[in-house]
Amino acid sequence: MVTCLADLMRPSVGFSAIRLLERAGCRVTVPEQQTCCGQPAYNSGEIDAAVPVAQAVIETFEPFDYVVIPSGSCAGMLSHHYPALFEGEWRERALALSAKTWELTRFLTEVALLPAPKRAALEAAVTYHDGCAGLREMGIQQQPRQLLQEQCGVQVQELTENQVCCGFGGTFCARMPEISGKMADDKLNHAVASGAKVLAGGDLGCLLHLAGRAKRRGLDLEIRHIAELLAGNPKGPGIGEGRQ
Amino acid sequence: MKVASQDFLQQAHEALRAKDKVERRDLLGQFMPAARDAAANAYGDFDGLRAHMKRVRGHTTEHLAHYLQQFEEAAVAHGNQVHFAATAEQLNSTVLSICQTHNARRVAKGKSMVTEETGLNELLLKAGLEVLETDLGEYIIQQAGEAPSHIVGPAFHKSLAEVRELFLAKHKLGERALESVSDIVEEARGVLRERFLAADVGIIGANALIAEHGTTMLVTNEGNGDLCANLPPVLIICTTFERLLPRAEDAMALQRLLVRSATGQSHTCYTSFYSGPRREDDVDGPLETHIILLDNKRSDILASDYHEILDCIRCGACLNHCPIYIGVGGHAYGWVYPGPMGSVLTPLLTSLEQSHDLPNACTSCGRCAEVCPANIPLPDLLRDLRQEESAQQLKPARWRRGLRLHAWLLRQPVLYQRLTGWSMSALGLLGKRRGAFRRMPFASGWTSQRDFPAPEAGGTFMRQYAARKRRGGRRG
Ligand code: SF4
Repeated sequence: MVTCLADLMRPSVGFSAIRLLERAGCRVTVPEQQTCCGQPAYNSGEIDAAVPVAQAVIETFEPFDYVVIPSGSCAGMLSHHYPALFEGEWRERALALSAKTWELTRFLTEVALLPAPKRAALEAAVTYHDGCAGLREMGIQQQPRQLLQEQCGVQVQELTENQVCCGFGGTFCARMPEISGKMADDKLNHAVASGAKVLAGGDLGCLLHLAGRAKRRGLDLEIRHIAELLAGNPKGPGIGEGRQ
Repeated sequence: MKVASQDFLQQAHEALRAKDKVERRDLLGQFMPAARDAAANAYGDFDGLRAHMKRVRGHTTEHLAHYLQQFEEAAVAHGNQVHFAATAEQLNSTVLSICQTHNARRVAKGKSMVTEETGLNELLLKAGLEVLETDLGEYIIQQAGEAPSHIVGPAFHKSLAEVRELFLAKHKLGERALESVSDIVEEARGVLRERFLAADVGIIGANALIAEHGTTMLVTNEGNGDLCANLPPVLIICTTFERLLPRAEDAMALQRLLVRSATGQSHTCYTSFYSGPRREDDVDGPLETHIILLDNKRSDILASDYHEILDCIRCGACLNHCPIYIGVGGHAYGWVYPGPMGSVLTPLLTSLEQSHDLPNACTSCGRCAEVCPANIPLPDLLRDLRQEESAQQLKPARWRRGLRLHAWLLRQPVLYQRLTGWSMSALGLLGKRRGAFRRMPFASGWTSQRDFPAPEAGGTFMRQYAARKRRGGRRG
């Protein structure tokens, strides 16, 4: 599943994920009718609006063996929150989807392993932001670090307080922008202090929010989704950067 | 206490502008979680203890009537008088009438969130009584005329310098340095001790009610609770039924969870058990003791989908771990209980209408639930409250319409892809040079703080993917 944010804002994340999965020996399909997992409505308490979206997703992905998503938060939505939305038959179907849903980096370290890369190491100091849902709902923590090490020869320079939220929070960031901005600043200050030039992460929501704030503050940080780094030394501009 | 939660955003705005306070809170947000984590790790199977407590609490609520009766009977047998108060007003008037029966003039209080909730001090003061808070933090904010900013450390928001100024102004003790924390503590001690001895009534809270013995447990670091309980001739314990536990050993398990989660200690300095009035051979203790059990909507909560919030043991860990609480501080929440637990409790104990911003002050990051010793699914409860906010049409209509329209569009893939394909290509082209927009129609919330990153050039993923498929290219 390609997340709505990757679809709209950063297609290269979707294509990078496809490339990685193919490299790991998978046959990859992105169903035409997929749109989004329905998290914005769900998290804002519009549960009845989120239910039919969830049903559409469940139906769309039923024919596949695995559903792999380049986002901890969308994967968490499918795995943990969908089953809680239903009872009876739909709950069974949601549970079946939950059981085969994987966040990308975990899938690449536990199910379909990536072969050793043939390219040179990435010459960059990289730090990593753990998205909260990935960290707490999907158990994503060491997998991206391991992959960056194996695939890119990069040792992550850790952020202080790396388990603290960056302040994105879906609609939260627009409903309480000031608080959200303060949280982004804390995260970005830690990123700058880490000495890294690249801030990577597994969730585009966080990354777009951080990139927008970094741009506003004029910080010299290249912000990228981890799939872009893993798929090969990316050449296009980082998130929120222009073409010079 | 008056509810000011409807002004959360404004209060948060002001809190974020006071830079020195922001820095103090940032330190708190680093120091307290580190202390809690160290203590939890040192304990060993802390999560096992949490799970055990959850089962005990589940069992207790399931047999609430039984344990309540057992507690009451045992407490009465020790000579306590047990009162039930359905509302905040009832608790306050019960306390007042006890004070009046004894012609009391001075009341010494230990730290009690329940009486903050009912606004007891205000009523007693109005009735002409002298009320003295004896917990150091509570004493400081009482002198400063402020509300608590944290359920464990009510004066966490005050710096040493501020407390120094306050004491120099309030205590007429002449020239003195008052420079260190221990100077401050010494001075407060001296002032308070004298007044303990003069108090006619002591009021304290409770951390646990032990059904099998009819005793109450209180956990403190300053010992002030014991002085309030033992020196004045009359003791009133203000508490609520969700503190009830079947056995003394359950209270000990709770104590282990509580202190590690609250302050990172393995023990507090004092853990006291109160059984009732002085017996014949006792050398000290109150002559008369009252236990008041407040309901204040808790029975309703117990019967609702939010019942798990009644398992809260008031440790404050969810506050210390919440980046939003740390960001804006306790006063921004506008009532007695701040942070994640407060954002659940305030709407339930006051009204959602007044406080519906609070459940939205959450990114669902899950850090609170991760550390909550009572294993309360706080982010889920907050989401449920947001659902209720929506059902009661309290959410800004613009938001609600937008979210619902979006959810509807998601189910029309062809239309969705056509709309997004077109607009993202346009945005991608427009933003190609700078890579981001400073302003964006319909997204002022976003762009007030951040630029809006431009979509990557080349159109949406779905569009590019379809084009590649048409060309027969398999590879991305
Ligand atoms: S909700 Fe949990 S973490 Fe928060 S104060 Fe209560 S017991 Fe502590």
